[in-house]
Amino acid sequence: MKARAFDYMRPKCVQEALEAFVSADGDASYIAGGQSLVPALALRLQAPGLLIDIARLDELRGLSLAGGHLRIGATTRHCEILGSNLVREHAPLLAKAAPFVAHPAIRNKGTFGGSLALADPASEFPAMALALDAIIEIASVEGSRRVGAGDFFIDLYETALQPGEIVTAVYVPLATAKTRTAFDELARRRGDYAIVGAGIDAQMQGGFVERMRIAFLSVGSTPVRVRAVEAALTGRQLTPEAIRQAQDVLGTELDPVGDEHTPPEMRRHLARVLLGRLLGRLEASR
Amino acid sequence: MNAFAGSIDRPNSYIGRSVSRPNAKRLLEGRGRYVTDLVLPRMLHAAFVRSPYAHGKIVSIDIEEAKALSGVRAVFTGEDLASICAPWTGTLEHFSNMKSPPQVPLPLGKVTWSGQPVVLIVADSRAIAEDAAELVIVDIEELPALADPVEAMSAAAMSQELADNICFATKLDSGGVEEAFDAADTTVEQSFVFGRHTAVTLEPRAIVADYDPSENRLTAHHATQTPYQFQDVYSRHYGIPEANVRVIAPDIGGSFGMKLHVYHEEMAVVGASIRLGRPIKYVADRMESFVSDIHARDHRITGRLALDRDGRITAMDVDDLTAIGAFSSYPRTSAVEGNQVIRLMGAPYDFSSYRANLSVVFQNKVQTSQYRAVGHPIACAVTECLVDAAARELGLDPFEIRERNLIPDSSYPRTSPTGYQFEKLSHQVCLARLKSIMNYDALRAEQADQRQKGILRGIGIALFVEITNPSPAFYGVGGARISAQDGAILKLTPSGEVHCSISVTEQGQGTETIIGQIVADQLGIDREKVRVMTGDTDTTPHGGATWACRGAGIGGETALQAARKLKANLLAVAGLILQAQPGELDIRADWIVEAVTGQQRVRLSEVARIAFFRSDTLPPETQAQLSVVHHYAPQGYPFAFTNGAQGCLVEVDAETGFVKILKHWVVEDCGRIINPLLVDEQVRGGVVQGLGAAFFEECLYNEEGQLTNGSLADYLVPMACEMPDIEISHVETPTRDTELGAKGCGEAGTAAASAAAMNAVNDALVGHGAVLTQIPMTPTRILRALGTI
Ligand SMILES: Cc1cc2nc3c(=O)[nH]c(=O)nc-3n(C[C@H](O)[C@H](O)[C@H](O)COP(=O)(O)OP(=O)(O)OC[C@H]3O[C@@H](n4cnc5c(N)ncnc54)[C@H](O)[C@@H]3O)c2cc1C
Repeated sequence: MKARAFDYMRPKCVQEALEAFVSADGDASYIAGGQSLVPALALRLQAPGLLIDIARLDELRGLSLAGGHLRIGATTRHCEILGSNLVREHAPLLAKAAPFVAHPAIRNKGTFGGSLALADPASEFPAMALALDAIIEIASVEGSRRVGAGDFFIDLYETALQPGEIVTAVYVPLATAKTRTAFDELARRRGDYAIVGAGIDAQMQGGFVERMRIAFLSVGSTPVRVRAVEAALTGRQLTPEAIRQAQDVLGTELDPVGDEHTPPEMRRHLARVLLGRLLGRLEASR
Repeated sequence: MNAFAGSIDRPNSYIGRSVSRPNAKRLLEGRGRYVTDLVLPRMLHAAFVRSPYAHGKIVSIDIEEAKALSGVRAVFTGEDLASICAPWTGTLEHFSNMKSPPQVPLPLGKVTWSGQPVVLIVADSRAIAEDAAELVIVDIEELPALADPVEAMSAAAMSQELADNICFATKLDSGGVEEAFDAADTTVEQSFVFGRHTAVTLEPRAIVADYDPSENRLTAHHATQTPYQFQDVYSRHYGIPEANVRVIAPDIGGSFGMKLHVYHEEMAVVGASIRLGRPIKYVADRMESFVSDIHARDHRITGRLALDRDGRITAMDVDDLTAIGAFSSYPRTSAVEGNQVIRLMGAPYDFSSYRANLSVVFQNKVQTSQYRAVGHPIACAVTECLVDAAARELGLDPFEIRERNLIPDSSYPRTSPTGYQFEKLSHQVCLARLKSIMNYDALRAEQADQRQKGILRGIGIALFVEITNPSPAFYGVGGARISAQDGAILKLTPSGEVHCSISVTEQGQGTETIIGQIVADQLGIDREKVRVMTGDTDTTPHGGATWACRGAGIGGETALQAARKLKANLLAVAGLILQAQPGELDIRADWIVEAVTGQQRVRLSEVARIAFFRSDTLPPETQAQLSVVHHYAPQGYPFAFTNGAQGCLVEVDAETGFVKILKHWVVEDCGRIINPLLVDEQVRGGVVQGLGAAFFEECLYNEEGQLTNGSLADYLVPMACEMPDIEISHVETPTRDTELGAKGCGEAGTAAASAAAMNAVNDALVGHGAVLTQIPMTPTRILRALGTI
């Protein structure tokens, strides 16, 4: 398990990184935390000629409030999300999901932007970006653009990113007094990629659902928002009957895949159980 | 006969004491020296091209491009090494009619499992060797794979050398089984499936083979638990005199039985070093480990129990179909596990009619062989699940049915219906102790309370018998050159310390610690003054090394007898110096003392100084013997059986099929305990491996014989977060076959943990119409059993 030989560079700014990618004629890869890329290199699943290290670029760092959003710099590490008061206050769903991302050693290195750019359907943060309707800021040599999370995840490991583009930051709408959230997942062992997981971001008023977004992980080739379930619950109280109906809708909306441990019907069943449990435990930010 | 009772208060009485491991700090500080750390002058690195198919004909191999790559020193295929290496065949003579195809380092014409090494590349670095591996083109014509054990029984022979796919079959029948089942008041029958799993040592397999043609000398730095066995194997198969082969096992990061089998990679690397006359390093990476380390278990068993009206077992009948690899492993074979499964069935219980049928079949999969607790967890789970099924049928409590059926502690010695001779076991004491440390009645009350709230808790217990201290009856009688004896050399230093080199080996379990304790205890010197060395065939006597639970029982006795011999020699010299009778002297706290009064006479270091440097002051004709060599082979019972009982508490989430293991208890009797701390560590580690088998670990194969979860992301080893608190209690029934009285404990934890866990899960599911008889008990299998999915 040794990577093929590659060159390595550490650019001084995003612009230099973008240009380096162009000059490498596409035979390059950005590296951030390296927690997904390095194993792929060691297994020779990927063998780029050049690694462009973006982990230390100031432009990509930091957590801050910006225009009604929480700005999460792309190289914000998982452990920073986990430890941040700003996240806890303004994006409680992310704070709830963060402890489920891998193990401490990996959280110390892995980055938020890297997780979204990789778009592993079993990852927590891509699904939560969907549930939060986050906005993803992308830089290329042509300039900067923004894409909603709903349009970002296209297929297995495939996103709206064009070759050479860099995720620079992610903008998450701020939680309000009406915000209720819940996250949970079912994993065989603590820290494993889950068999199924889900997060809910809802606006509740007087016990009624004003708006609800629900996103699942590990149920398809991308993180999945279950819009029919959301619609079935909007305007209603979360009574046992409403929850049961939502679970039934989910059963028809999801079309999960199987793997060596888990057949598709198991995933579908667990997703239903998880949805029921999460709806029963929506809670305010703090 | 056993000289230790009550002696714990003497100075330097280390037997029975929880002392820490002298090597722990070194390893924690990162100063361990593993094979991987070794760098030799002119050393090269190996990588393998492996078969992508489980079964196939090699049409052609094109190595030209790989050979031409800069930094590549040699590329070897089948013929290159088969021409210098005698083939090996994994059979034992006492397993009659056992068969297996012969093996060579790299295949000649045919591949028989996916992951089999086909081409060896030797290069200046492992990375270059892997680059070259990508350039090799192996054209293989795929053949149908044997991937189902049941089909293997009737399918055409996979190997041209053999008539069918049955490696070994045997039957046991004590008589009276049919009659007992006809007469039974209650019978229970269950069919079990035990998944394949593998050892997953922290340190993978590793070797640096260093052949020096000028002396026809091979030095193998080898991550193995049995250096002497490999000295013999390399000598015989490569035609090098045994004395010219040196095997050094440095620090080893876990072994669990996995590192005592012959692997094609190691054999190929030795051959390549002979051909090139240069040292070559090979370290398996984790992906290679999954497709080449031995796997274990893989049994399909139907078991039946007959019971009378009082819930007494009258007969047991089992059929075991077990699947191995494409050949039987060498030199210990792949049939030992099945053999132990059928012989350990029902071992704790008092009944006489037993019948068993064993079939060991080939598969196009990785070879299987001995891994921690060989056969024990299977026999234990089948027996204990059947006993619980009978208890449910009869409305008896699990403790009650066992109390009625256990072999009484007062009735030893005994011979089991399968022919095992038990010197003395302590089932009744252990079971009673288990009940009390579990606080069983309170646990049942709490379970009932929780059930009211819809929480499904389950309590499971299991009794086990463990085989330890094997005599030559294990391998020697079958023609294998595997020693049952051990040897030790004790040397006094001129400063009065003792150096001990011994043939039992250390893989992290603390062998060196207990040997040091025994030597210091017997000599009466400070433990810090005993230096123990293991794992080098040039500097230690030939011996069995470490497997099957023998390090403490046999290695410990060897050390004890050697130390007594050295002590006698030292007292003789001291007697001359002090003009006293040696019989009136003793050694305590590094002093020669008056045995009766304890009065200090002369320091041991002073005796050493005189003996080494001023022998002129000793009486004429005196030749002080300051080093001793001693060998010990077990005699008396062929095996020292041990026993114990385990309990497990689980909570099953019936909606998701997830199980939380809340607590685990172990009562075990390994005879004389040398170091309670290390015994507890052994038991805990063993339990975790058993719970891994019960809930997590399984090598999954598809119909084409491909391992589909061969990585640490997909093969689930048990992790700390999922493991319960494990409470341990000891009962001590020393064997009278040795002075030390120690038996083994390394496999006790693994032996019964999965059985207790199965019984706990099934206890939780009582009333839900589900019984689990397959491990690992995954959420999917639990929900299927419940009919949820
Ligand atoms: C044992 C283990 C367990 C894990 N468990 C989990 C888990 O449970 N849940 C989970 O979510 N993750 C898990 N991970 C993955 C981890 O979270 C990764 O850190 C994350 O998926 C990728 O982030 P990274 O910064 O390490 O990206 P890298 O590995 O550096 O890069 C991954 C890919 O994204 C690209 N990339 C990175 N940053 C950017 C950017 N800003 N713009 C454009 N492209 C970019 C790279 O070019 C590369 O293709 C696990 C990893 C390991 C090793």
